[in-house]
Amino acid sequence: MTATLVFLALLMAVFVSWLLRQSINVQPWVAQSETARQVSHLPEGFTAARVGLAVFVAVATSLFALTISAYMMRMHMGNDWRHLHAPQLLWVNTVMLLFGSIALQWAWGGAKRGDPSALRFGLATGGACSIAFIVGQYFVWRQLNAAGYYVAANPANAFFFMMTALHALHLLGGLVAWARTVRRVWRGWAPAQVRGSVELCALYWHYLFIVWVVLFGLVLMH
Amino acid sequence: MAALGHDAVSYAPPAEVEDVELVHPKTFVGKYIWSQDAKIIAIQYGITATAIGLVGLALSLLMRLQLGFPNTFSLIDPSSYLQFVSIHGMIMVIYLLTALFLGGFGNYLIPLMCGARDMAFPYVNMLSYWVYLFAVLLLVASFFVEGGPTGAGWTLYPPQAISPGTPGIDGGIVLMLVSLAFFIVGFTMGGLNYVVTVLQLRTRGMTLMRLPLTVWGIFMATVLALLAFPALFVSALMMLLDRLLGTSFFLPEMLTMGEQSSHRGGNPLLFQHLFWFFGHPEVYIVALPAFGIVSDLLATHARRHIFGYRMMVWAIVAIGALSFVVWAHHMYVSGMNPYFGFLFATTTLIIAVPTAIKVYNWVLTLWHGNIRLTVPMLFAIGFIFTFVNGGLSGLFLGNVTVDVPLSDTYFVVGHFHMVMAVAPILVVFGAIYHWYPKITGRMLNELSGKIHFWVTFLGTYAIYYPMHYLGFQGVPRRYFAYGETAFISDSVQTVNTAITIAAIIVALSQMLFLFNLIWSYFRGRDAGPNPWKATTLEWQTPHTPPRHGNFGAELPAVYRWAYDYSVPGAKQDFIPQNVPPEQVEALLPHADKARA
Repeated sequence: MTATLVFLALLMAVFVSWLLRQSINVQPWVAQSETARQVSHLPEGFTAARVGLAVFVAVATSLFALTISAYMMRMHMGNDWRHLHAPQLLWVNTVMLLFGSIALQWAWGGAKRGDPSALRFGLATGGACSIAFIVGQYFVWRQLNAAGYYVAANPANAFFFMMTALHALHLLGGLVAWARTVRRVWRGWAPAQVRGSVELCALYWHYLFIVWVVLFGLVLMH
Repeated sequence: MAALGHDAVSYAPPAEVEDVELVHPKTFVGKYIWSQDAKIIAIQYGITATAIGLVGLALSLLMRLQLGFPNTFSLIDPSSYLQFVSIHGMIMVIYLLTALFLGGFGNYLIPLMCGARDMAFPYVNMLSYWVYLFAVLLLVASFFVEGGPTGAGWTLYPPQAISPGTPGIDGGIVLMLVSLAFFIVGFTMGGLNYVVTVLQLRTRGMTLMRLPLTVWGIFMATVLALLAFPALFVSALMMLLDRLLGTSFFLPEMLTMGEQSSHRGGNPLLFQHLFWFFGHPEVYIVALPAFGIVSDLLATHARRHIFGYRMMVWAIVAIGALSFVVWAHHMYVSGMNPYFGFLFATTTLIIAVPTAIKVYNWVLTLWHGNIRLTVPMLFAIGFIFTFVNGGLSGLFLGNVTVDVPLSDTYFVVGHFHMVMAVAPILVVFGAIYHWYPKITGRMLNELSGKIHFWVTFLGTYAIYYPMHYLGFQGVPRRYFAYGETAFISDSVQTVNTAITIAAIIVALSQMLFLFNLIWSYFRGRDAGPNPWKATTLEWQTPHTPPRHGNFGAELPAVYRWAYDYSVPGAKQDFIPQNVPPEQVEALLPHADKARA
């Protein structure tokens, strides 16, 4: 549970320090007449959509941290853990996901600059790379099955299959948001109008890339 | 009110709150079925949770009939008894209380109390309800599959949950686990809305430290749920894989019915850690909204500001944070290292500190208050008693040496029913009596409410207090029948019969409550916009019940906290949050004289 507790401690520390600033030297019982004078308490960039994504990322991180905690705990239980031999294809997939992430960043830049061709190129490449990643993961599963690493044969295999499936499901969820954005661009929305959605996609992809690197590192670690 | 200061803080929500575009459907289906209005979604959650809660209530009565009058009812056999125990627990904790507090009260009250038009993401909010309904239907479906629902206990401990001999290992346990997974997905959709709405959509002047404690309680409970439910999700997923694909996350090598199982090396303790990492925060997911709501009920009906508001907020946060580091106190008898147990006993007892602060502050709120014994107030005061009683037995169970002999006895059953079943449900009732006039525009019948309160309050004590005694006798929980057991005295059966009779009476009084809900909807006294003379924003809406968009043309501006009751020098005994200080002065014809 160490991984999860570290994550939660960090999260709580951020939350508590933020709340401290909101509550120290404040006298809630004092009424105040000039409500309109008050300035925004959250920095400019905090939109509802971004905060929503941040909250979702926190939930997903909790899910992956708990999975990793369970992985570490199960490794030392039962004396039956045999490490999985990671197929070389995983490296290719990792690069694919990295390209997807970079491409969406490119698309975000295009949306910011009002450059429709960069936006389209970035979105198309990002989606293609992500689909390639998921297809690649499927081939990794087939390779593992062919090599005798069945899901039920060893807890290391079972964890690998479960973690990759969870990660791919999160990516598929992201692709739904990506598809909506692509449809809007297709229908001729201006870059400024889709900027918000492209931005959320790019940030979410960066997050999923980091999660993938951690999970992959965990599998490589002996 | 003579000293109207102006606090010089530099933080506040945006001066200009952007007006959101709401979908205004015209058809009945769009308005009430596929509704994106948080208030309608709240009522959908409320009705669904109540319906499945009635199933849970019926299951508990079936259990009580067996315990009170053993071998009298042929439809209850040992297997079905275990199934009733399991599904009763699961329904009450997750599908009723969590859904009702967060999905029901959260949806109704967060936008109104924060001064928002709706939730931040109304479409996702609508999906949340439908996914929840699907999860409920999956759970109900498990009654109709071969072998019936799971009988593994609400904790679903492996290996027995998926090993031969336990009822419902065919379809029942699979449906249970899939239903939980869907519940969590649906909850996450709703939870995103509750958190973002509180953080982003508060109206002008509604600083964090002016939020009613109800919102604080629901907000923190949502944060806990968002972070803790993934633990249940992961454990449900892993058990599903163990059951369906033959993996060995939790299942060790076993001989069942003379046959070697195919599992190797799994560890049931891993499940217990994951389950209770969710399970303990779950207690506070249910308790924190109750804490928040009861604070507002007490302040409103005692016409007094809540004592120690900031302390109350920090206590909610502290309880939330601490609830993540106490999970292993559910596992003292799992053979853990004694030092580990000592550590968790310490953190468990530390959590009593913020909790006690809250209890003291509730009592101090009542002190010198102008207490009005309305029905919501009765339930709120009943909650304080019940919560203290349940909490005190928790001190016993939190200590390893005391817990070991009491573990898995009726003492535990008595404890957790007092603290996380009766106490929160009293708040649910109080809250319904309190907000029903806003939701429907009509008052609930008061006499019927008072009968409902006294029968429920005294009745639950008649049910759960004797269980502590049974626990001291060593009567184990979850048993279908006790037979001839040397250490169980004859009086135990008498007590069990008495408990069953009390349970039937309490259950009947809930029917009175349901009847009141329906009758008052058509025949209740007209409530007016603010029958309790409350200060919070939901009572200041231009329409009762509030229409889609909540606040008419312009969102309210907030000038004060939610607890300006009996303000010294003010003419009115309450000042709503959206009344500026200048208008309060106008209410004081003799203010100049008083100052002089």
